[in-house]
Amino acid sequence: MAIEVRIPTILRNKTGGEKSVSGAGNTLADLFSDLDDRHPGLRDRLVTTDGALHRFVNVYVNDEDVRFTGSLETPVKDGDSVTILPAVAGG
Amino acid sequence: MLAEIIGHARRDHPDEACGVIAGPAGSDRAERLIPMANAERSPTFYRLDPMEQLRVWREMDDRDEQPVVIYHSHTATEAYPSRTDISYASEPQAHYLLVSTRDPDQAEVRSYRITDGAVTEEEVRVVETLPSEQAAIQRSPS
Repeated sequence: MAIEVRIPTILRNKTGGEKSVSGAGNTLADLFSDLDDRHPGLRDRLVTTDGALHRFVNVYVNDEDVRFTGSLETPVKDGDSVTILPAVAGG
Repeated sequence: MLAEIIGHARRDHPDEACGVIAGPAGSDRAERLIPMANAERSPTFYRLDPMEQLRVWREMDDRDEQPVVIYHSHTATEAYPSRTDISYASEPQAHYLLVSTRDPDQAEVRSYRITDGAVTEEEVRVVETLPSEQAAIQRSPS
């Protein structure tokens, strides 16, 4: 078992075109570090240099918006499903 | 469909309105209009509600669709992408349709590709598709 992560179109250049990749970790932050080992550059698109989740990236663990569940400290486990969507926003 | 988008923009004025038109993946056909909520409820900014976006994006995925058009309104300025529109544009295959409602009598509608910070305007052409008789919007680069 692993954690399945759905990758949006704009980040598939970091995953060799894969729509979905799998990883491991106890928190979202761990999971993104683990993914970055195999998909270099992915983490930078999700996490700021200050170690926070980028403001215009939506991340959901089992369909829950992680902004309400602890952001990058959100616990994850095998079998969870993580979805990444760039926010659709502008002025 | 374009009239519905303009209607949505007028109803939400002076706040910005937003939504998408879905179409079969890879087809570049704008077929299914989905007006969405502006979570910011602001006259100068829009952002799709994250939970609504998840639901709509997953539904498109399940139907093998893509967001062919992403639309939003400008309520006090012209229908040209703002700096924030360009910096947050995240769907390189989408047509970014802008509607300006600053003139109460005349809506301005223009469309753009926004890729890696570069803006390319394109022509907006309204077509009737048969036999479904559903209005669709197709575009070609101008």
